[in-house]
Amino acid sequence: MTPDEVDLSCEVGDLRMPNPVMTASGCGGGRELAPFLEVADLGAFVTGSVTLDPCAGAGGPRLVETPSGVLHRTGLQNPGLQGFLTGELPWLAQRGARTVASIAAGSLGEYAELARRVGNSPGVRAVEVNLDLAGREAPDRRLGEDPYQAGKVVAVVRREVPRGIPVLAKLVGQPGLVDLAGAVVKEGADAVVVSGQVPGAAIDRSTLAPSVSSGTLSGPAVHAVAVHAVWQVHAAMPDVPIVGVGGVRTGWDALELLLAGARAVQVGTAALHDPGAAARVVEELRVELGALGIESVARAVGAAHGQGVSR
Amino acid sequence: MTAGRPGPVRVDGEMLAVKRAGGYVHLTMVAPGVAERFRPGSFVALAVGGPLSDRCLRRGFPIYRVRASGAYGGTVEVVARPGEAGTTWLAGLSAGSPVDVLGPLGRPFALPKEPVACALVGEGQAAAPLFPLAERLRERGCVVHMLLAGADERSLFGTLEARRAARTVLVATEDGSVGIRGCVADVLPDLLARTGADVVYASGTFPVLHAAARAAEQHGAWSQTAVPAPDGCGTGLCQGCVLPAVGEDGLTRMVRACTEGPVFRGDRVRWDDIGTVPADTWGATPGVAR
Repeated sequence: MTPDEVDLSCEVGDLRMPNPVMTASGCGGGRELAPFLEVADLGAFVTGSVTLDPCAGAGGPRLVETPSGVLHRTGLQNPGLQGFLTGELPWLAQRGARTVASIAAGSLGEYAELARRVGNSPGVRAVEVNLDLAGREAPDRRLGEDPYQAGKVVAVVRREVPRGIPVLAKLVGQPGLVDLAGAVVKEGADAVVVSGQVPGAAIDRSTLAPSVSSGTLSGPAVHAVAVHAVWQVHAAMPDVPIVGVGGVRTGWDALELLLAGARAVQVGTAALHDPGAAARVVEELRVELGALGIESVARAVGAAHGQGVSR
Repeated sequence: MTAGRPGPVRVDGEMLAVKRAGGYVHLTMVAPGVAERFRPGSFVALAVGGPLSDRCLRRGFPIYRVRASGAYGGTVEVVARPGEAGTTWLAGLSAGSPVDVLGPLGRPFALPKEPVACALVGEGQAAAPLFPLAERLRERGCVVHMLLAGADERSLFGTLEARRAARTVLVATEDGSVGIRGCVADVLPDLLARTGADVVYASGTFPVLHAAARAAEQHGAWSQTAVPAPDGCGTGLCQGCVLPAVGEDGLTRMVRACTEGPVFRGDRVRWDDIGTVPADTWGATPGVAR
């Protein structure tokens, strides 16, 4: 089978995409990628997490290079809801991106307002609920780790977002991941975003004190964590759409997540090294599938759980 | 490669030469597309460790020189200080080795519309981008004065080349091994008074840039300061290189050195607050990181 014959199209709830490669939240507002790829050519563009008010983010250092990964603690720097709606979303819409708006908040009331405003904005095709609040100093930082609390957040968001706009719940928390996924789906999540990100720390060589005492580790270092997490959730809930994210650098990395049960994947840290990474992964995935004689992405999803792929 | 688009390109380049230059190394790379888009002050971000590398972030270097065409295609040159593992790896490459180049990145030096007198202040190898700047300034009829500073003789860069690049050259070392004994803060005010410079261009570490911006302000001159080219993505994605700067509206924002910089107006950067988020920054809510 030639790569051109491979059908890359995929669906995550009502989010229909020409290919299963999305950006991961926190990789700019879209314009940064424009010199290197067409955002419309990606499956979807996921925005940095938008908060109700502008957020200046964390002080330094925010980023530490670790073996095969990046430890980060940016503190969700973003222009706030108004800044996003007037400054970033119109550009994405004009460029034809399928925009998934990521939202983050510290209370149910804020999640509701963000969901209503963002979910009703033209150009937003899906809403991703950032439940990873571990890096934040808010008193409710455990909101995203507790199935009951996470379920409540998703219920509030789902109620405010119009039908036809899927709500994706981005989960944190091993080892209770499957329970968490079950809880958010029960409360209306149309899909779960399952991440390999894990907490991490680094010590500074000159001061011998932590440079980042509590950050998030991403990149190739956590790819196997992501494959495992996707595998577990898919095994427990085979009908729930999963988006896998963690350490995807190549087409094969993406296919691995699909075979484990993801319907789509997100590319994040790889874009810090190669800003064109997401577009490259689309083409590499096409070649991988063609070489393996797998005619479509749909056939690959979860195939590793059964008898492999029927070719 | 993404030829035809505006802005930076990522190219699979080739190391052409690695030469010692005092305590530094001078790297020349074939990188088609970078030279054509270059303006003084912009930088390149180089991948380190080769295709099987576990290093996820790039290393930033201000561009020292470009040649748009030649026997090898467009080339780009940088001056690096080995020490950090990734930079040491680059310095150890042999001619002909592949090198992954992303650039030119960032906001370049703003050039004066009138033929004015300019003082160019460079600390160590960070002086490198001042040489192509000096060329552009001279083309515009500007008078160029240069101050090259460093801890000692070995840490100076470009002292010979400066004689061709500038009308007057001042060298200052902290240990007094060559030139005047002192640092930028000590010698720049006198240089500005003597030359009547209208614009100060500076490239170096934060303390030196702060001193240059302060001296310019006291003298009544504009300042354009190039902060160190950040390591990270270089493209504005990772938000790892932010620093607090005051905008036209008087509000402080966390801005990216790679995208809004690396060249900033010296009077806009809150030099004393670098590494922090000042309480009056737009979007800084005490206690809650939102």
